[in-house]
Amino acid sequence: MTQPGTTGLIFNEPELWDKSREGRCGISIPRSDVPRADLDPALTGDAPELPQLSELDVVRHFVRLSQWNFSIDSGMYPLGSCTMKYNPKTNEVQAARKGFAAAHPLAGDEFSQGALKLMYELEQLLGEITGFPAVTLQPAAGAHGEFTGMLMIHAWHAKQGKQRSKILVPDTAHGTNPASASLCGYKSVNIKSGPKGILEPATVAEAMDEDTAGIMITNPNTLGLFEDNIKEVCDIVHAKGGLVYGDGANMNAVMGIIKPGELGIDVLHLNLHKTFSTPHGGGGPGSGPVAVVKDLIPFLPVPRVQKENDTYSFITNCPDSIGRMHTFYGHFGVMVKAFAYILSMGGDGLKRASQLAVLNANYIKESLKTTLDLPYDRPCMHECVFTDKGVQEYHISTMDMAKRLLDYGFHPPTVYFPLVVNAAFMVEPTETESKDDIDQFIEAVKAIVKEAASDPDKLKSAPYLPKVTRLDEVTAARKPCLKG
Amino acid sequence: MKSIEELNFPSDVKYTDDHEWAKVEGDLVSVGISDYAQDQLGEIVFVEMPEIGDSFGQGDEFGSVESVKAVSEIFLPISGEIVEVNSELEDAPELVNTDCYNKGWLVKIKPQDLSEMDSLKDQAAYLEMLKG
Repeated sequence: MTQPGTTGLIFNEPELWDKSREGRCGISIPRSDVPRADLDPALTGDAPELPQLSELDVVRHFVRLSQWNFSIDSGMYPLGSCTMKYNPKTNEVQAARKGFAAAHPLAGDEFSQGALKLMYELEQLLGEITGFPAVTLQPAAGAHGEFTGMLMIHAWHAKQGKQRSKILVPDTAHGTNPASASLCGYKSVNIKSGPKGILEPATVAEAMDEDTAGIMITNPNTLGLFEDNIKEVCDIVHAKGGLVYGDGANMNAVMGIIKPGELGIDVLHLNLHKTFSTPHGGGGPGSGPVAVVKDLIPFLPVPRVQKENDTYSFITNCPDSIGRMHTFYGHFGVMVKAFAYILSMGGDGLKRASQLAVLNANYIKESLKTTLDLPYDRPCMHECVFTDKGVQEYHISTMDMAKRLLDYGFHPPTVYFPLVVNAAFMVEPTETESKDDIDQFIEAVKAIVKEAASDPDKLKSAPYLPKVTRLDEVTAARKPCLKG
Repeated sequence: MKSIEELNFPSDVKYTDDHEWAKVEGDLVSVGISDYAQDQLGEIVFVEMPEIGDSFGQGDEFGSVESVKAVSEIFLPISGEIVEVNSELEDAPELVNTDCYNKGWLVKIKPQDLSEMDSLKDQAAYLEMLKG
C-alpha cells in the first residue's frame, strides 16, 4: 500500500528580522496631497521598530513555515484525547462574516442583537445536546471550564452552610482535573479504576464521605472506555451530599446517544474546539462552555444572555453568581463556528458523527490488537489505547514508534498518556477519516512494528523526512533555552 | 528499556509497591526510587523536592520526578520528617538515572516509627512483584 509520507522540497527560512532591508516595504501609500500638519509633540514618539519587508517576503515566510508543519489539512492527526477532527471550511466562512467578525464588544445590547441571539441559541442547543437546563459560554477552554464548574460546586457547598475539603478524581480522568480542584482549595483524592478500566461503585463508596465535595469523572474516560457504572456512582456521591463534575472533553463519542444531564451528572464542560469542530492545537483560542443542573443555575458566571419578548440582553443581577470568568463574553468567534457546525450537521448528523468516531476507533483497535499490545480488550468508544509491550524486547519504545509514524505521513498519536497504562499509545481517528486513510494508518503501524524487529536502530533515530528530525528532548528539558 | 534481569536491586534496601526504596542509615532513613522506576521513567529532567522540616505519613506524596515522558508522584515509604534533600539533583537530575541508590538519593528522613520498615518489600519480594 502506498503511504502518504514521501520526500519533497522544503525551504530554509530565516527570521523576519534577518530578511529585513532598509527602505523595503509591502505597500505604497499614495503621496500626500494636503499640507503637512505636525502633531502635538506630547503625542509623538519614536516609530515602532518593525522589520522592513516586501509583500512577497512576508508571503514566502509564512508559507514556508507552514510547510514545515503537520496539519489536519495535510494528513491524519490521530492524537488521542484531543479530537483533532477536520473542521469544515463553511464554519470559517460564517465566523468571518462582517456582522460577526467586526462586532464590537462595547457596542451595547441594542446594537448586538444578532450576536446575542446566536449566543442564546447556542446555549439552548448545547443544553439540548447535553441534557441540562442552562449553559454558560464564557470559559476560554476546557481546563478553564473545569475551573468554572468547580467554582460553582464550591459556591454551592458554601451556600449549603458547610464547605467540604476533598474531591475524588479517578486515575482515568483528565490530567487537568486535580489542578482545577486544587485552585478551589480542594484536596484531590486519587481513586483507582477497576480491572475492566472503569470505575467500580464499591471503590467510590469507600472513598466518598461527608467531607468530600464530589467527584470529577471523565466519561468516556481517558482509556476511551464508557463508565458503565456512572449512574450508580452518581447515586453514591449524591447520597453523601456531594456533586458530580463531568469532564465532557470526550463528548465526541456520545453526541445524540446519551445526555450526561440524564445520567446524574451535575456540572459538565464541553470543548467546542474538540467536539464542535473549531480549530485547535495551535494555541487556541478554544471555548469551554459549562452546562449545569437546575440547582446550580444561580451560580453561573455573569453576564448571562437573557431573552425577553424577542429582545436579547445581558443580565448581571445574579447575587449568587461566581462572577465573571473572562473579559467581555468569552471567545465569540469560536461560538460562531460551533453554531454553524451544529446547524449544518443537524441532530441526526451529530449522532452519526459520534457513531462513526466510535466505529473508526473500534476498527483500528481490532485491526491492530494482534500487532500492538492492547491492555483493555473490550469495545472502546472514540479512542483506543495500546502499549509498547510487544516491542520492548527490541528496546523500542512508544516514543520511537510515534516518531517513525511521521515518516509514513501521519501525525503521531498521543503518547505516555493516560498514565494508568504503561507507555500508552493512544489513537483517536475521529469520524472524519475515511476507511482508505485509516487502512493506510493501520498498514503504517504494522510496517513500523516489523521494522522494530528487523531494524531497531532505524526507529531509534526516526523521523528522517520532516524538516526537523529527532529532537534532543532531554537537553531541551534540562537546559531549556527560553529565548530566540 | 531494560529487562528485569539487566536491572540492579541491592539487598540492603527495602522497596515499596510504588517503586521507591528506603534504607536505614543510623538514626535516619534515606529514600530514592528503584532502578526499575528510573528505567521506566526514562531520562529524568527535574525532581521536585519537599522542604526540610516537612512531615509526611507513610505512603504520602512528598514530591515528583519529571522525565521526558511524564511527571510521576513519589511517595514516602515510611512516615517521618524531612531532614535533608539531595540538592545536587537540582543541577544534575540525571544522577537518578545513573546511580539511583547512591548519588541519586532523594531525601533523608527522621523516621517516626522505624517498625514501618517491616511493611516494605525485601529484594526477593520486590523482584517477585516485578516479574509478576
